[in-house]
Amino acid sequence: MNRFYVVLGALAVALAITLFVLLRDDTGAAPAAAGPPPTATDDGFRGYTLGSDAAPVEITEYVDFECPVCASFAVIQMPTIKDQLIETGKVRWRTRDFPLPIHKYSRFSAHAAQCAGEQGKFWEMHDQLFANHSWAQTGKDPSRLFRDFAKNVGLDLERYDACMKAGRYAARIEYSRQEGLNRMVDGTPTFYLNGTKMETSRRLPGSDDFKRWADSVIARAPRSSRSPSPARH
Amino acid sequence: MRHRQAIAALALVGFFVALYLWLHALGIGGSLKCGTGGCDTVQTSRWAAFLGLPVALYGVVGYAAILAVALAALRPAALGRRGPTLVLVALATGGMLFTVYLTYLELFVIQAICRWCVASAAIITAIWLVALAGLRVPRTPAPRTDL
Repeated sequence: MNRFYVVLGALAVALAITLFVLLRDDTGAAPAAAGPPPTATDDGFRGYTLGSDAAPVEITEYVDFECPVCASFAVIQMPTIKDQLIETGKVRWRTRDFPLPIHKYSRFSAHAAQCAGEQGKFWEMHDQLFANHSWAQTGKDPSRLFRDFAKNVGLDLERYDACMKAGRYAARIEYSRQEGLNRMVDGTPTFYLNGTKMETSRRLPGSDDFKRWADSVIARAPRSSRSPSPARH
Repeated sequence: MRHRQAIAALALVGFFVALYLWLHALGIGGSLKCGTGGCDTVQTSRWAAFLGLPVALYGVVGYAAILAVALAALRPAALGRRGPTLVLVALATGGMLFTVYLTYLELFVIQAICRWCVASAAIITAIWLVALAGLRVPRTPAPRTDL
């Protein structure tokens, strides 16, 4: 019996050492990504939008750029949603940052998108970050890659560098995250349809689900609110 | 007795696997050491939380409970009793059902496999089988106070 407890104790020590080694963070980190969480500041910004301001349906997506499910959704579902719902003026799509603490470069990537947004290229950067998502799998410092993305989408790199170096939108991103927490966002992506959380406990919703939900809202809406024109902000 | 020792050892390993995933969910330790992107896909999905708490936390608590019961069942006074075996079977069955649900989500909903989750599934399956086997072991001679 005593020998069993000695073996069990040795096993516990070995497992504790293994856990310590696994938790050691041995990859390089970009300064802006490795820094402590910033304070939240409400600058009045409520997210970039796609679609008409007059669209009868607004869908808000809380997103983490390092989240693979968000990337999959952006690449596979969003093109159809854009064609069927956004370009037709039925839906306005709003995106809000919800960087998850388990990801090393979530805030950094959200910041890159915000710095692109400062130059009117948020959605272009958004698409680059999700379409080339292998950066999220390597664990390596993506700052040079993001700078390449910035160049690809036609940003003024001097302004982009200054924005990233200053961490100009870090407090805005943190405000968005806290807003998400207050709205009971518990993962990414999480969606709200005209302010109501879309509970889809069984699976990630697809473009067909969004079309069905949007059509259902539009069918109940007054006729005067159904003829908007598309826009991009 | 061997069954309970095996369950204690397995629960200890399972506890550390769940602890690693839970600490990762809290943002401790950087990226998950997984080898593929599957772990990250699973851990960042909306199903990584259950009733508002990280799924891994249920694993930490569950394995700790199994370990505690198994160790308590190894005390000389408890060796002849059937009660601890039944408790272990109940705990392991609960863990198995939860694992079946999570594995279903991984395979058919999230469509990604997390190797750490597979490891935990294998451990709880082994605990369940050993606990069931423990039911078939005849009682060892027990003191009359057991009756």
